[in-house]
Amino acid sequence: MKIPVSITVNGRHYDRDVEPRLLLVHFIRDVLGLTGTKVGCDTSQCGSCTVLVDGVTAKSCTCLAVQADGSSVTTIEGLAGEGGLHQLQESFWDQHGLQCGFCTPGMIMASHELLRCNSDPTDEQIRHGLEGNLCRCTGYQNIVRAVRDAAGAAEGGTQ
Amino acid sequence: MSATTFGSGIRRREDPRLITGSAKYTDDISLPGTLHAAMLRSPYAHARIESIDSSAAEAANGVVAVFTHQDTEGEIAPAPCAWLLPNSGLSIADYHCIAKDAVRYVGDIVAVVVAETRSQAYDALDLIEVDYEPLDAVVAPKQAATDGAPQLHAEIEGNQAFHWTVTGGGDIDEAFAGADIVLKETIVQQRLIPNAMEPRAALASYTTATGELTLWNTTQNPHIVRFLCSLVNGIPEDRLRVIAPEVGGGFGSKIAVYPADFITVFCSKKLGAPVKWAESRSENYQATTHGRDHVQEIEVAATKDGKIVGLRATVWAGMGAYLSTAAPGIPTILHGLMLSGVYDIPAIHEDVYGIYTNTTPVEAYRGAGRPEATFMVERLVDLLAAEIGLDPADVRRRNFIPRFDDGHDVVTGLTYDSGDYDAALTKLLNKAGYEGLRAEQAAARDGGRYIGLGLSTYVEICGLGPSQVAGAIGFQGGLWESAILRFHPSGKVQVMIGASPHGQGEETTFAQIVAGELGVSPDDVKVIHGDTDKTPMGWGTYGSRTTAVGGAALALAARKIREKATIIAAHLLEASVDDMDYEDGKFFVKGAPGEAKTIQDIALMANVAWDLPEGVEAGLEATSFYDPPNFVFPYGAHLAVVEVDAETGQVTLKRYVAVDDCGPQINPVIVEGQVHGGIVQGVGQALWEEGVYDEDGQLLTGSMLDYALPRADTLPDIEVHSTVTPSPHHPLGVKGIGEAGTIASTAAVYNAVIDALQPLGVKGVNMPLTPERVWRAIQDAQGRN
Repeated sequence: MKIPVSITVNGRHYDRDVEPRLLLVHFIRDVLGLTGTKVGCDTSQCGSCTVLVDGVTAKSCTCLAVQADGSSVTTIEGLAGEGGLHQLQESFWDQHGLQCGFCTPGMIMASHELLRCNSDPTDEQIRHGLEGNLCRCTGYQNIVRAVRDAAGAAEGGTQ
Repeated sequence: MSATTFGSGIRRREDPRLITGSAKYTDDISLPGTLHAAMLRSPYAHARIESIDSSAAEAANGVVAVFTHQDTEGEIAPAPCAWLLPNSGLSIADYHCIAKDAVRYVGDIVAVVVAETRSQAYDALDLIEVDYEPLDAVVAPKQAATDGAPQLHAEIEGNQAFHWTVTGGGDIDEAFAGADIVLKETIVQQRLIPNAMEPRAALASYTTATGELTLWNTTQNPHIVRFLCSLVNGIPEDRLRVIAPEVGGGFGSKIAVYPADFITVFCSKKLGAPVKWAESRSENYQATTHGRDHVQEIEVAATKDGKIVGLRATVWAGMGAYLSTAAPGIPTILHGLMLSGVYDIPAIHEDVYGIYTNTTPVEAYRGAGRPEATFMVERLVDLLAAEIGLDPADVRRRNFIPRFDDGHDVVTGLTYDSGDYDAALTKLLNKAGYEGLRAEQAAARDGGRYIGLGLSTYVEICGLGPSQVAGAIGFQGGLWESAILRFHPSGKVQVMIGASPHGQGEETTFAQIVAGELGVSPDDVKVIHGDTDKTPMGWGTYGSRTTAVGGAALALAARKIREKATIIAAHLLEASVDDMDYEDGKFFVKGAPGEAKTIQDIALMANVAWDLPEGVEAGLEATSFYDPPNFVFPYGAHLAVVEVDAETGQVTLKRYVAVDDCGPQINPVIVEGQVHGGIVQGVGQALWEEGVYDEDGQLLTGSMLDYALPRADTLPDIEVHSTVTPSPHHPLGVKGIGEAGTIASTAAVYNAVIDALQPLGVKGVNMPLTPERVWRAIQDAQGRN
């Protein structure tokens, strides 16, 4: 049995019939072919699959596609605007906030939420805000720097 | 070299695709008609397979095929062990890719299902009926080596895979017999799970008409995968193409070529269709190799002044149920030969027993043998300091090898390249404000707070290594690297290199090497790697060898280009080659830099070939092969500052200061990133991480819910400093930095915790130093248990 869903992803509208058990992350990756969103675990620990659902972060491995019916989803592919990279993407690049890059899409989306809720976080608040996203390469230090850099750039206008 | 390129912390060239989600990792790639494989893995740690009934699975919706061992007989050879450690009585058990009659760890593959979709394949796994006869299991290496322990392999007595020894210097028994002080310790280097963020995957596509197969694989060494697949799957090497696309970290766990890889290749060949397999994280925990798992009984002999006169050890190294690709070399060559550390130790002896256990195979994990050696030596130095009442920094200084610039022999047989260990320690103590910290510690103790300082002064062996040595130590491959450097007519550069970085940033540092050698912009250098059809031979990215060996190959190729370019420039300027000068991408007659030919001018002329000197070939391209004359030996000094809550056992890492010396830094920002990540992985071992099996061989830490990885909120900022001591034998003077942090930090944090607990009488606690373990150790020491 398949169920029809209607989901907007990165501003584009999709109508698809999906299995009820299909996770949102598999809808994004396998049905739509947007592979920027990653699957790094099967217990909702790693955060690699983090996306925005109606502007708020969700671990897309913990959400069924049918639950996202009617929602608007933003993935890493939809973050950059017409003017170029999103400030968080620039800051991750500038501050060497990534190495292998696998956690990066989820990390950037989680950082997006963090800055939405607190535009001027302390390092401690950044570290606390990213505790739901795992990175094995960077030791997190340059990720913290990147988020701080993005917050500073937003405050001071364009960098 | 241009000051603006080599040595500059420029942004990474690989990042734009990674920050936008456009990078393609193996599981992101799909081909038309791709089928999906799922592995049925043993739920038992040790059992005989009585029967398998796969008929229901075969009939299930979407299932294309189910294969068990008998289907693969003669078509998939056992997964090979490729480090044949000599003089060790090495006994290699057949590692059947699909288990034959018995399973020997939870995760051993019993069958594979291929279906039209991934969910259909996984659904069908549940329909396969396997009748197991459970057998007794053994999971701890020392226990597995005792009489009466369950035996894994009928043909291998006592579960012993090998017994390797290193003996060097003076008579070890005499050293101990005559010593003022002898101290003993037992250390458990717990089993770790590497946890590269990208799980493993393989996509194989076989073309029946041509007999050619392309394999996309999560690997650190695609050329080794090609070589081993040709042997195991019987596909000639020239018809195999292995692509390591974007690879999401490895840390050693993507060195091995695994049964699931060979099986995926087999399925594609058998079915004549693309077949993809991608593991889940839980499957990764069961079946992707683990690290460490040593029990170390160690002792040190010293004078009462704190001079070490001998070091002796017996190590039981758990190898898991089978020997993984490079496994035998890790607890031996990369461990035992490093037991002198940064110290002048006149006599060393170690026995290492490699033991089969009913657990996931153990392989290289970041540092691979050197963290286990460094920890032993650094623990002993601290024990000695405590015994004689000296500061640990002073005991280190009394034993350091004095500064050397061009070679120092240690008794284990290695020749370190260059080092100034005292300088690194001195810089560390100054940067950290060590004396002030000791005063703070004393004041805190008076106030009932337990602060600890932990030092770790390390040297490591990397840049693996001379191929002649590889042969002598049984490594079944070479350890050289090669590079092709090609100028396009427009002056842009293409590099094709055999090394296969997967997060370390060498698309940038390699471009910086070319920029430094030839005066082009790093932005004009495209680096191609990870595709055996496009790149020359490479032996892989591990052992911090990619920049040290691959980078050297590239530098030498660039120098060949410069030689040829000089000849062409001399011709165009109507001068003698001997009269030519070069600076920053410009070739000119000595004293006349105004009339220069740029490297781009010469690239154009070489490519159009309208006016070349007689006998000079068209094109501007060079290939080089670099086989290093020796390993390189980075070193450093690290300090951890911790506070322990004696009521709860909670350890807080308050500060971490590192001084590392990897020679000249091509990109200091990338170096710093490697140091951060390396240190945090070592901190993870000291404080949080442990792969735990129950006595029946069930993996209790079977998911990220149960295995404690370092998180952003549990760490302080790391203070990174460096000294610069070039390697005398390397074309660029550079050493490796990928593993240094991990090699140093576990011992630093452990020593800090024991230092903090010293007033409470705690002598030692097994890692990881969880609150419960620390609290219990305090209770035991205080006689409150």
